[in-house]
Amino acid sequence: MTARLSLGPVFFHWDAATLRDFYFRIADEAPFDIVHVGEVVCSKRAPFFAPHLGEVIERLKSAGKTVVLSSLALVTSERERREARELAAQEELLVEGNDVGILAALEGKPHVVGPFVNVYNAATLGYFARRGAIRACLPAELPARSIAPIAKEALAELEVIAWGRLPLAISARCFHARAHRLHKDGCQFVCARDPEGMVVRTLEGEPFLAVNGLQTLSYTWCNLVCELGTLRGFGVGVFRLVPMRADMVAVAETFRATLDGRIAGAEAMARLEKLAPEAVFANGFVHGRDGRAFVEAALGTYE
Amino acid sequence: MELVCPAGTPAALRTAIEAGADTVYVGFRDETNARNFPGLNFSRDELAAGLAHVRRHGRKLYLAVNTFARAGDEAIWHRAIDDAAALGVDAVILSDIGLLDYAARRHPRLRLHLSVQAAASHADAIRFYHEAFGVRRVVLPRVLTVPDIAALTPQIPVETEVFAFGGMCPMAEGRCSLSSYLTGQSPNTVGACSPASHVSYSEENGETVSRLAGSVINRFPADEPAGYPTLCKGRFVAGGEASYLFEEPTSLNTAAILPELRAAGVAALKIEGRQRGRAYVRSVVGAFRRLLDGEAGAAREADVAELRQMAEGQRETAGAYQRRWR
Repeated sequence: MTARLSLGPVFFHWDAATLRDFYFRIADEAPFDIVHVGEVVCSKRAPFFAPHLGEVIERLKSAGKTVVLSSLALVTSERERREARELAAQEELLVEGNDVGILAALEGKPHVVGPFVNVYNAATLGYFARRGAIRACLPAELPARSIAPIAKEALAELEVIAWGRLPLAISARCFHARAHRLHKDGCQFVCARDPEGMVVRTLEGEPFLAVNGLQTLSYTWCNLVCELGTLRGFGVGVFRLVPMRADMVAVAETFRATLDGRIAGAEAMARLEKLAPEAVFANGFVHGRDGRAFVEAALGTYE
Repeated sequence: MELVCPAGTPAALRTAIEAGADTVYVGFRDETNARNFPGLNFSRDELAAGLAHVRRHGRKLYLAVNTFARAGDEAIWHRAIDDAAALGVDAVILSDIGLLDYAARRHPRLRLHLSVQAAASHADAIRFYHEAFGVRRVVLPRVLTVPDIAALTPQIPVETEVFAFGGMCPMAEGRCSLSSYLTGQSPNTVGACSPASHVSYSEENGETVSRLAGSVINRFPADEPAGYPTLCKGRFVAGGEASYLFEEPTSLNTAAILPELRAAGVAALKIEGRQRGRAYVRSVVGAFRRLLDGEAGAAREADVAELRQMAEGQRETAGAYQRRWR
């Protein structure tokens, strides 16, 4: 079986109508096999999209997509804990747990381990697999020399983030609010002003991070289109694209065509550069380098 | 409340015991712990000697094996746990689920504590670690307020340990790849955030400029001491304005809220700083010992002042323990 493509949860606070229309178009046009929905960064945002969630899930399912509900990455309040339990208890859809607490509640039924859970080795993945995890999306910083030995054990399907800004950190503090001299409790949802994150520069003006509410992301955009074949060779079964404002239908088509061998890496890279002209691409983490590096050389096979 | 104190070297261990630590926590000299800095930590022989010293004084010793085992190199971490069990430490502090599973199965009598690096921030997560691996104590992540902690402790079947003083991460611990993104070395698997090997300082236009992996983390005028460029404590520009976007270079200090922490059900206070010298250990451990023993009284103000001197840049915060931090 060839590798499948998944659309990760939207990290950013897009307005509800935009997000609904985004998912409708994904359902109708994009070659994703799996689509993740749900708020993973800030529980304060979730109510905005809640009225549209049902229709979006229906549209995606009708289009033949596997819909996965992604859970909040950092759970601190009682309300967040209750919502995580409710998510784990529903029987309709597969759940991706992004916190150890919800993974505990998902024991005994098929579920996905999200990229916010620290799976650094096969023993950890094996532990979750024995409790019902069918797939794990590995943390963004894992290098190929870790992915290969984990994949070799084939304990559960592996998913790797292959496109978009990478999640690097999560905090109880809202950096968007802080940058606007506001407090998390009265944030005025200023994060909505930056649909791909607020770029953070050094005092020299070098852009190097992006802030999205409680989350800090890479400034660079991960792009593993030239590494897909090697990662597939390790046994990685699913490649995840992080939704950005670029045309995600065209981006998905490019990754699909590359996976199917219809276009070569160089052609795919040229197309992606055109689709995201502002983006600075990076693949450093998977090459065992700093995450912002772009390595031209082929990925080692770590046999 | 138990006073749990850092010891980066055998000398610091003896100093901590002398200053009144109930417990010292240490690491082996390798990537199995989250303070893997040059010249720090314990060989197996040093740990055996340190443990004997601790025993002679009737105190306890915990060993941190709190990084995540790199796939393919798990044997390094397994050896650390096996040696800890053989040496007879009072507890090992773990965060990796694969390692917790290993320790629980191989060494069922070894007491397990959950490291802050596991960032178990609520009752469901903490209960999981207890039920799955028999974890007896959780070091709480620095994302909870004092009321959060007070609500949490009756819901969980394990002791809670909280950070009382020292450096603090603004990010959920063990879930941060910022340093990795710049340096290529993951604090989670190598054990060092913003490693010295990637730090440089230069003089530019009368200012000292600190860099991590070539990127400017801060600038200091000539009359200001240049701080260490820990990535998340740097000054950056967002929305056209330079600021300490993530966190000021400041130390956590709970001296003023000890009664609240006690009332919240906290079992142990942890002093951060295995990378700090003996003067820091003597001063901070001594001040907290006196605060815990004496509580109110004349000693208190002097101790609070001494702790302020030991804080990074003489600046302190109660951090996430107060809701306004968020």
